[in-house]
Amino acid sequence: MINKDLVIIGGGSAGLAAAIGAFDAGVKDILIIEKGEFLGGILNQCIHNGFGLSEFKEELTGPEFLTRFVKQAEERKIPYVLNSYVTSISKDKVVTYLNREEGSVEIKARAIIMAAGCYERNAGAIGIPGERPAGVITAGQAQLFLNEYGYLVGKKVFILGSGDIGLIMARRLSLEGAKVLGVAEIMPWSNGLNRNIVQCLNDYDIPLYLSHTVSKVYGKSRLEGIELSEVDTSLRVIEGTQKRFDCDTLILSIGLIPNNSLLNAAGVKVSRTKGAEVDEHMMTSVPGIFSCGNVLHVHDLVDNVVVEARLAGKGAALYLQDKLIVDGTKTIDVCPGDGIGYCVPEKINTLNLDGSVEIKFRVKKPSKNSYLVFSLNGNIIKKIFKPAIIPSEMEIVKITEDVLKNNQGTINVSLVAKEAI
Amino acid sequence: MVYTTSMNDVIVIGAGVIGAFVARNLSRYKLNALVIEKENDVGDVTSMANSAIAHSGYDPLPGSKKAFFNVKGNQMMPLVCEELDVNFGKVGTLTVATEDSQIKMLSDLKERADLNGVPTKILSASEVLKLEPNINPNVKGALLCPTGGIVNPFTLTAHAMENAIDNGVKLNLGESVLSIKKIDGGFLVTTNKSSYETKVVINCAGLHSDEIAKMIEPIDWSIHARKGEYFVLDHYAHGLVNHVLFPLPSEKGKGILVTMTTSYNYLVGPSSEWVSEKDDLSTDPLTLGDVKAQAKELVPNIPFNEQIRVFSGLRATPSTHDFIIEPSKSEPCFLNVAGIESPGLASSPAIGEYVVDTLLAKVLPLEVNDKYQPRVKKYLHPLSLPIEERNAVIKENPDYGTMVCNCEKVTLGEIEDVLSRSLPCRSVKAIKKRTRAGFGKCQGGFCQPNVIRLLAKHYGVSPLEILYDHDGSEIVKEEVKESVHD
Repeated sequence: MINKDLVIIGGGSAGLAAAIGAFDAGVKDILIIEKGEFLGGILNQCIHNGFGLSEFKEELTGPEFLTRFVKQAEERKIPYVLNSYVTSISKDKVVTYLNREEGSVEIKARAIIMAAGCYERNAGAIGIPGERPAGVITAGQAQLFLNEYGYLVGKKVFILGSGDIGLIMARRLSLEGAKVLGVAEIMPWSNGLNRNIVQCLNDYDIPLYLSHTVSKVYGKSRLEGIELSEVDTSLRVIEGTQKRFDCDTLILSIGLIPNNSLLNAAGVKVSRTKGAEVDEHMMTSVPGIFSCGNVLHVHDLVDNVVVEARLAGKGAALYLQDKLIVDGTKTIDVCPGDGIGYCVPEKINTLNLDGSVEIKFRVKKPSKNSYLVFSLNGNIIKKIFKPAIIPSEMEIVKITEDVLKNNQGTINVSLVAKEAI
Repeated sequence: MVYTTSMNDVIVIGAGVIGAFVARNLSRYKLNALVIEKENDVGDVTSMANSAIAHSGYDPLPGSKKAFFNVKGNQMMPLVCEELDVNFGKVGTLTVATEDSQIKMLSDLKERADLNGVPTKILSASEVLKLEPNINPNVKGALLCPTGGIVNPFTLTAHAMENAIDNGVKLNLGESVLSIKKIDGGFLVTTNKSSYETKVVINCAGLHSDEIAKMIEPIDWSIHARKGEYFVLDHYAHGLVNHVLFPLPSEKGKGILVTMTTSYNYLVGPSSEWVSEKDDLSTDPLTLGDVKAQAKELVPNIPFNEQIRVFSGLRATPSTHDFIIEPSKSEPCFLNVAGIESPGLASSPAIGEYVVDTLLAKVLPLEVNDKYQPRVKKYLHPLSLPIEERNAVIKENPDYGTMVCNCEKVTLGEIEDVLSRSLPCRSVKAIKKRTRAGFGKCQGGFCQPNVIRLLAKHYGVSPLEILYDHDGSEIVKEEVKESVHD
C-alpha cells in the first residue's frame, strides 16, 4: 500500500483546480487520478466557446480553458495518472484505482478530494413512453460522438429538455447539416442559460416549445418519430394537444446528476443535490474527504467550478496541516427555505472560518421583483433585491465572517415577493 | 436462394432460453443440428425481458406440465448455472399476505406446494419482518420457499447456446423461417436466406410458435402476447429486500413482485396486459404508475428515484393454460415446445432435457457424443477477484485493467472475451446482455461510443454499420470528419 497526503479523483477542471489550490496552500504529496486518456475531463468535448469569462476575462473554448489549467498543474509538477479508474474508496480513505500498466493499486490517503463530475439523466431514468429504438440519445453522448469520434448521430432531430448541452447541440448539429425540428421543455421556462437560447436556438430559427414534453417515441429499430404534447401546470399531458414529428433522433437534455456513487459507498452523507453534504471548506461528513465541482452539485459555468475546487484544495491543505477543527461543535446549518431548491454548503463550521463564506443555491422557479432573504436564527442578516432570478443560473451570495464568527444555529435562505416585505 | 442438399438431423427454430437448452441437450449426442433465430442475438425477446426468477414450483397446478418442469428445472438450476458460469442466487421467495383474510390462502398454497413436492414454510408476521425489515409493516404472514431463486436470464440463454455451439451445434442468427414443407424423410425449412432439409423440427419459436406450428398442420391452440412492464432500480444499496417478494395472487392477477437481481439491482413489476401485436414492447406511464402503486403495498419505501430504466416483456401465453411440449398431431418428427410463459425460465433446463432425451429419442436414434463438455470456458471478471489474483490476470492480459463501462465496472478484457467466443455477439445490445456494459445508471452514455468502436474493429466494419439490436437500428448516421481514434 502506497501512502499519499492527498488523492484527487478526477482530472477535469474541478480536479485540476483543486490540486492547484491544495498545492498553493502547501500540499506537495498529491496524486490526481483521471479515467480518460487526457486531463481536462468533459471540457475536451466542449469545443464551443463561452468558457473563462470570469476566470480569465476572455471567451475561450473548452479545450483552451482546460489547457490553461493543465499548464498550471504541470508548472507545479503535480503528479497524475491517466486511463486509471477508481474502483473504490473506503471509509478509512483507502483509494483503489485500476489501469492496464499497474493493475489495481491501493493508496492510503490522508485526504481525498472527490472531483468526478456528473452523468446525464437519460431515457431510462425518466421512463420515456413508447418503444426502445436506437436514436434516443443524451445530448452529451451526441456531443461525444460528434466532437471526439467524428460521427453525426442523426439527420432529423428533436430535442427534449432545454438544458445547456441540448441547446449547444442544437446549434452544433445544425452546423453539421442536421435539421433540428424543435426543443421541448416541460417547464414553462427554459432550463438553459439565456445566452444559449439566443445563440443556439433563436439564431438558427429553432422553435422552443415551453410547457411541452415528448409523450411517446415511435419506431422498433431506429426512431421514426415522436409525439409532442402540451402539459398542464401539474406537468400532465393535456389530451388533444398531441402532435407527431417525424425524426430519426431524439436528443435528451434533461439534467445532470452528480456521479457520487464512490462517496455513497464510503458512507458520506448525501444532500438533496445527490452529491455529498459539505461544509464551508467543501469537506464532507467524513473528515478529510472533500468534494467539489459537478460531483457536488451541477454548475452552469466552469468558472464557478474552479473557484469552488480551489476552495476544496485549500480546505484539504488546512485539514492536512491540522488547522481544521473537525468535531463540529459550533456549526450553522444552511437550509433552503421558500422558493430555494438547495444550498451549498449545507453546514458552516464557525470555528474554522478563514474569511467570508459563499453560499451557492438555485431558485425553484423564475421570479421577478423579489428579495433573497438570509436569516440567521430568525434574524435577517442579508436582503438582496432581484429584479429577475431564474433556476438555470446558480446564485452565489457572500456572507461575511463577522456575521458568522462564533455563531451557531440555522441560516435560512428564501425568496420573498417584493410585496411581502 | 442457396439450397443445401445435406440433410440435418434436427433444426431448432428459435434461440430463446428454451431453444438454447434444447440445443445444449442436442449437443450431448452425435447429431447434425442447426438452430435458426430471426433476431440478431440469442435470447432477444421474452428470454431477456422477464422477472429473472428461478421459481421454486410451489405455485403451478399440481399435475400440470408447468408444475413438473418447474420443480425439476429448479432442482437442476444450481448445477446448470455452475457448468455454464451463470449467476444464480438461491435467495428464497416469500409470498406475502397483507390482510388477515389472506392467511387461509397461505395454507392453501402450502398444500399445493406439498403436492408439487416443493419445501415451504408458513412464517408469522414477526418472522417475516425479521427477514424483510422494509416490508409493509401490516404484513400478516408469508409462505417461504427456500428453493426459489434469482438467475441471470441473459447469460443463462447465451451460455447454454455457447455451450451447444462449442459441442457442435450450428447457429444462424438474423434468419426468419418462412415456410416448412413435408418432404421424404423429413421437412424442408425455407428461410429468408436459404432452405434446409431436416429429419426433425423442434419448434421453440416463443411468441410465434403457433405460426410455425401452423406451417405443417391446423392447430387447436394459439399463443397470445401478454405484456409485463417493469422498473429497474440501480444497485445503490443492499438489503431493500432479501428475498423475491410476491403478493398473494388476487383477482387482479399474479401481482407485482419486488426482487433483487443477480447484479444487485432491484426489479419491480410486471404488469399484465393483453396486447394484439406480438412485437409491442412499448411502455406507458399510466401502467407503470399502477405497478408502482401496487409495489408500494408490498414494500412502502421503494426508492423509485433510483430508477435507471423501464422495460416491457411479452409472455408467450398459450390458450391451453399449460406448456405445450409434444409432437404435432400428424407429424411425430415435428416437436412443438410452445406456450412457455412463466415459470419458463426456471423450467428451461428440464424442458431441454425432456425434449431431447424423451421426445426426440422416440423418433431419432441418439448416439452419445463422447466429446461433449458440459462447461463453458470460465468467464473472467477481474473486479470480483481479490487484488493479487486480479493483478496477476492483468499482468498476463493488460486489457483486463482497462475500464470500459464505469457504472458496471466492465473491462476491455471482458468485452474482448465475449467477442472471441463461439457464440456471435454482434450488436451493442448483445454486448450489454453478455457483459453488462451499458446496463448502469448512465445507460451507456459514456461507454457506448467505445463499445461501437470495439465491435466495428472486431468485425472489420465501419461504426456506421454497428447495430444497437434489430436490423435498421444503427446508432451513428454519418461520418463528419476523419476519425481521430485509431
